[in-house]
Amino acid sequence: MQPVLEWQAGTVTAIRPETKQTKSFTFALPKWMAHRPGQHYDVRLTAPDGYRTERSYSIASPPERVGELDLTVELIPDGEVSPYLHDVLMLGDQLELRGPIGGYFVWDVAIGGPLLLVGGGSGVVPLMAMLRHRAAQHATLPARLLCSSRTADDVIYRDELDGLARGDPAFEVFYTFTREPPAGWTGYRRRIDGAMLGEVIKPFGKRARVYVCGPTLLVEAVANALVQMELPIEQIRTERFGPTGA
Amino acid sequence: MAGLISRGFLGRRRPAEVEDRLPPGQYLVTDFPVLSAGPTPHTPLDQWSFTIDGLVQSPVTWSWDQFQKLATQTYTVDISCVTKWTKLDTRWLGVSVDTLLEAVQVDPMGRFVMAYSDGGYTTNVPLAELVRGQAFVAYQFDDKPLEPVHGGPARLVVPHLYFWKSAKWIRGLRFIERNEPGFWESLGYHIHGDPWKEERYSGD
Repeated sequence: MQPVLEWQAGTVTAIRPETKQTKSFTFALPKWMAHRPGQHYDVRLTAPDGYRTERSYSIASPPERVGELDLTVELIPDGEVSPYLHDVLMLGDQLELRGPIGGYFVWDVAIGGPLLLVGGGSGVVPLMAMLRHRAAQHATLPARLLCSSRTADDVIYRDELDGLARGDPAFEVFYTFTREPPAGWTGYRRRIDGAMLGEVIKPFGKRARVYVCGPTLLVEAVANALVQMELPIEQIRTERFGPTGA
Repeated sequence: MAGLISRGFLGRRRPAEVEDRLPPGQYLVTDFPVLSAGPTPHTPLDQWSFTIDGLVQSPVTWSWDQFQKLATQTYTVDISCVTKWTKLDTRWLGVSVDTLLEAVQVDPMGRFVMAYSDGGYTTNVPLAELVRGQAFVAYQFDDKPLEPVHGGPARLVVPHLYFWKSAKWIRGLRFIERNEPGFWESLGYHIHGDPWKEERYSGD
């Protein structure tokens, strides 16, 4: 039996810029409930005349952070909700939220590894919740993150990811830059393809549990390549956003 | 809870003729977002078939070529995804579920349908909401073959329910006695999924 999800008023207790285009918002929730990493919350905005709109945002924080949660939101310049969150919402404001939502694109240490996370752009957000949970649990199961961004400035959580990788021999992070690699960069500098994925997944082989989140074109390319490598499809979980690009 | 006004939020209003077509909480898109839980199946057409089975007198299966010979209709419908987007006036070519059901005799006990797809996806719909022109199996979108990312070669389309009910990569309809949850319905989403009643999640 699933719990009924009720709207509740979350209070903004922190706002943190992550990149030029993304900010993380911390909400204190009166009826906080532990989520599973990978799940999202719905946000509802109401205008004075009763007009309402809703959006879904991935949870970035781990369930170990009791009583509050972080949502990381990318600014869509011509959007309706993200510009409000980025430019209007202030500390102390209240916002209607409900969740946690989604029961398939979820991972916790009980599911186990080896864990391969593949993120494009802000698709790294739900993957970060998984990595923060893994770290909070002091799990030693092997994990790798392959993170695709346009430029170095677009990488969300870069310092934290590098810190996690430095402090944990079982976790490695790989970056690829599709538009402009940083000066002196010797790593990947192209869209994720089968060859890149083959290199990153190599130590895990067909045992890898893979979570892919990002724009549709990236998710399609990655999921198709994994199927070609004969990874069992039940080990491949995807979350997509954005248009087809067609 | 109700009544929390979002300080400084005015919202993006649409003309009334558009606004009236958006179910509560939804926003308008003009592109066609893709959401799937796993890899996109790519079943070759010569291995594709469509079956009606379960509580029917005798099951029926069409090959791709046979399916193409069934009477089609064009549909222009509004679709709403539980992830909040609504797309107006989408254009499809497909076979009405009424047409498909002419080929079988459904057991009176079979009041519910589980649609099933390549990749293992399932979703449940009451029979009464699939008939009388309410649902179709589409294989063209905007006059072109339906792309795999959007559910091609063929997908169910049930426009009056949230779009997860419109099973991509559909391979058959199974008649069942009770309203059993399908894939998303087992994972916290509403058993019925009417966008106008905002039946998004279990318990809504």
